[in-house]
Amino acid sequence: MTPSLIKARFVDGPSMDSQLRWLSIGLFVLIAALSVVPSLRLLVEALSQVTLSASSPLAEVLRSERTWIALGNSFYTSGLGTLIAVLLGCGFGFVTTLTNIRGRAIWVFCFMLPMMIPPQVTALSWLQLFGPASPILNTLGLAPALGSPQPMYSAEGIALLLGIQSAPLVYLALRTQLIALPQDLLEAAQLAKASPFRVWIDIIVPLCRSAIVAGAALAFVSSLGNFGIPAMLGIPAGYIVLPTLIYQQMAGFGNDMLSQVAGLSMIIALLVLAGMLLQQWLQQRSRYSLLGHTAQSISFRLQRWRLPLELLLASILCFILVAPLFALIVSSLVPALGMPLTLDTLTFSAFYEMISRQGVTKRAFENSVFLAFVSAFVLMVVSLPLGYLLMRLPMRTRAVIASLIEVPYAIPGIVLAIAFILLFAKPLPFIEVSLYGTLGIIFLAYLSCFLSVCLKPVLSAMSQLDPALEEAAQLAGARPLKRLVDIILPLTAPAFFAGGLLVFLISINELTVSALLWSAGNETLGVLIFNLDESGDSVLASAIAVLVVMLVAGLMSLLSLFAPRLPKGVIPWHD
Amino acid sequence: MARLVLDNIHKSFHGESVVKGLNLTIEPGEFVALLGPSGCGKSTILRMLAGFEPVSDGKILHGDICLSSSKQHVSTEDRNFGMVFQSYALWPHMSVKDNVGYPLKVQKIKSDERDRRIQEALEIVQLEEYAGRLPAQLSGGQRQRVALARSLVTEPDVVLFDEPLANLDRHLRAKMEETFRAFHKRTGATIVYVTHDQSEAMSLADRIAVLKKGELVQWGTPQALYATPKNTWLANFIGRGSVLKVSEIAPQQYVNSTDLHDLIERYSSEQVFSSVLVRPQDINFVPIGDLSIVVTVNNCIFRGERYDVELTLEDGQKLLTYNDMPMTVNSQHHIRLEQAWSLESES
Repeated sequence: MTPSLIKARFVDGPSMDSQLRWLSIGLFVLIAALSVVPSLRLLVEALSQVTLSASSPLAEVLRSERTWIALGNSFYTSGLGTLIAVLLGCGFGFVTTLTNIRGRAIWVFCFMLPMMIPPQVTALSWLQLFGPASPILNTLGLAPALGSPQPMYSAEGIALLLGIQSAPLVYLALRTQLIALPQDLLEAAQLAKASPFRVWIDIIVPLCRSAIVAGAALAFVSSLGNFGIPAMLGIPAGYIVLPTLIYQQMAGFGNDMLSQVAGLSMIIALLVLAGMLLQQWLQQRSRYSLLGHTAQSISFRLQRWRLPLELLLASILCFILVAPLFALIVSSLVPALGMPLTLDTLTFSAFYEMISRQGVTKRAFENSVFLAFVSAFVLMVVSLPLGYLLMRLPMRTRAVIASLIEVPYAIPGIVLAIAFILLFAKPLPFIEVSLYGTLGIIFLAYLSCFLSVCLKPVLSAMSQLDPALEEAAQLAGARPLKRLVDIILPLTAPAFFAGGLLVFLISINELTVSALLWSAGNETLGVLIFNLDESGDSVLASAIAVLVVMLVAGLMSLLSLFAPRLPKGVIPWHD
Repeated sequence: MARLVLDNIHKSFHGESVVKGLNLTIEPGEFVALLGPSGCGKSTILRMLAGFEPVSDGKILHGDICLSSSKQHVSTEDRNFGMVFQSYALWPHMSVKDNVGYPLKVQKIKSDERDRRIQEALEIVQLEEYAGRLPAQLSGGQRQRVALARSLVTEPDVVLFDEPLANLDRHLRAKMEETFRAFHKRTGATIVYVTHDQSEAMSLADRIAVLKKGELVQWGTPQALYATPKNTWLANFIGRGSVLKVSEIAPQQYVNSTDLHDLIERYSSEQVFSSVLVRPQDINFVPIGDLSIVVTVNNCIFRGERYDVELTLEDGQKLLTYNDMPMTVNSQHHIRLEQAWSLESES
């Protein structure tokens, strides 16, 4: 190479290409816009009118009896739900990870399904399972007398469903730890003549304790922020938890309404963030202790206990998954609630009506698909340079930025929705366009909320790439953008698609954010099911819910197809 | 072709000094090995040459061009260096042909010219018939040869090797060493080769820079390093032999048989002492006489073409020598030391 061809640049700090510099600035603006601004806006609103006088909005919130009742109810339902989640999650975790049970992939898939099914659909299907109007009980002739209470409309009903919905979180935390346990620990115990039960109780359980506690913390905060289940089961019974209190206050009016709601949101956000910090601290602590061992996972032989155990798992899954879904399907096929399903009453009119006559159904479907698709696409496009830049940052900075991105996903959707209302209630400065009341505000909220969902698989794939692969391209003369497209993208493509599909899957069913941000003409599927059920049209709601569950199961199966080409842990329900 | 000069290079990470004041002048077309135990900074030096890491202080010059200094940094993309990685760093989604041709594609070289040069590069490493395969379908040695072809396809002035044989088994190593030697002969490129294996460095390089804890210990031909190592550490690191404590003598000189025996006789552990290096082939078994010392056979290990014999002197010091025949452990013999090299003590 001749000297004239070589461009020397002046360095400031570590060598920084101009392409990289522009990417970094873009990254900074993006994270600030999507993650930091909404959280800050909320904080400002909640604190803006804090005065020492007793009439400030925050003081009023704290003085209101309803706040404390809702807080107490939230703790009761979430606490009970967490207990159920821990029992279910640990049971399934130990059995499917540690033993030679047959058909492991199917058990795991079925057990993870409740996490991916939107909460309002779960609630709806359980409502169809019990109560005097239950089509399935009517069909079987077991329905209680008319006028008897619906058992699901209760604190315990809410807790049960919260438990089922968040059990996979405990399961995942436990499973990650179990897989990391090396076989030689077990063999050493066996050489010491310990029985399998002793090995389990003396070796495995103590080593998993912090993982279980971390999973429980996660289940608790997830339950605390859940809106769909307490909204469907609690509001009809007048049982209020924090997220539904916010929802109801938003419907009310008043000068200080927004500030009061912001104050309430801050209470949830703080509780949840405290829980998340506890969970991360515990998980990190539990991970470090086992480094340095050979990772060969443990497997017990069940022998004659295998069949009974499989039957037990099957009946639990029947109760928590199959029966409610079956009830949902039955409900979608009867002409009206309270009627039994027979060959004479079997009708597809709900599906027919949903597809042909109800303009709102078609619109909601289009809106949700459009939102989910665009969000998934935009986030995939953003994740590539974002992940790339994050990987180049020093470890500590990367951890800080990664947790900033995590914040909007971690804080409950209802809180995020309030933040977006505060941000966009007034028309945007300079261009005088108001996003409030359009799909645009939901779209932005989705971007903020699901950035970390899409980024996580991408980051994990990138961190597993040998850095020499990129350095070799650098030596070949390829500049950052070219390396990104030619080398990094093809090698991490499966992770991108997985991230995009996950975003699509979650956002197409999303209720909590859109419940507060929707407006006439801008309904989403989640809102539609919720509204139909509230107005008493459970049959139609069930029909839509059936379609939604099919969509979820289909997308999950599609993701499973990618699994062999993805880094471990990207797809939660896969080894 | 241009001379590569490392002028007083310093490098530190987070305040920890990894390379300290390194000076090397590498002539055009020379095959240079950077040799040292792990953590000696040799890989960091290579990464600074490649441009992955900026220097903390000092200058890297390539001919008249300053590649790197504390004020200036020519980025890797602009350097036209080749590199062969320990992990091969072949792009798994590209065929052998595409891997080799990628640097040409980036330089926007026309496709017929590109095909010709890919073909040529694959010929050098004898992989013409594997052009269509994916890296996953190749053996370790073949992968390293693809990486080699990729590094030479742009006809770079300098090719960097980062422990290229570390992932290969013993048998393949000898073969690949032969490939590297042929590669150097044919391309005439300057090669900087990082390794921790002294026999690899000795058999390949024209000159070797031995590094320890970020500092240059000695810089010279393999023959010079073997015959006249600077200090006790290097004497133990390169080749086989024994470092003996003897009565005081000036360092860095040959000691003949008469003086050596005299020095050994006068040595006692209370005195100030010097160290000398005795190579195994400089020890002969002799009948008792003027120039002989009594030794006891401590151990005798079969090595195929000969036996390694570990001897103990009367004062307890150990000596290594070779013998054609096995020797009885604990038997006593007389030996004569033909010559030795006096060493600086390790700083």
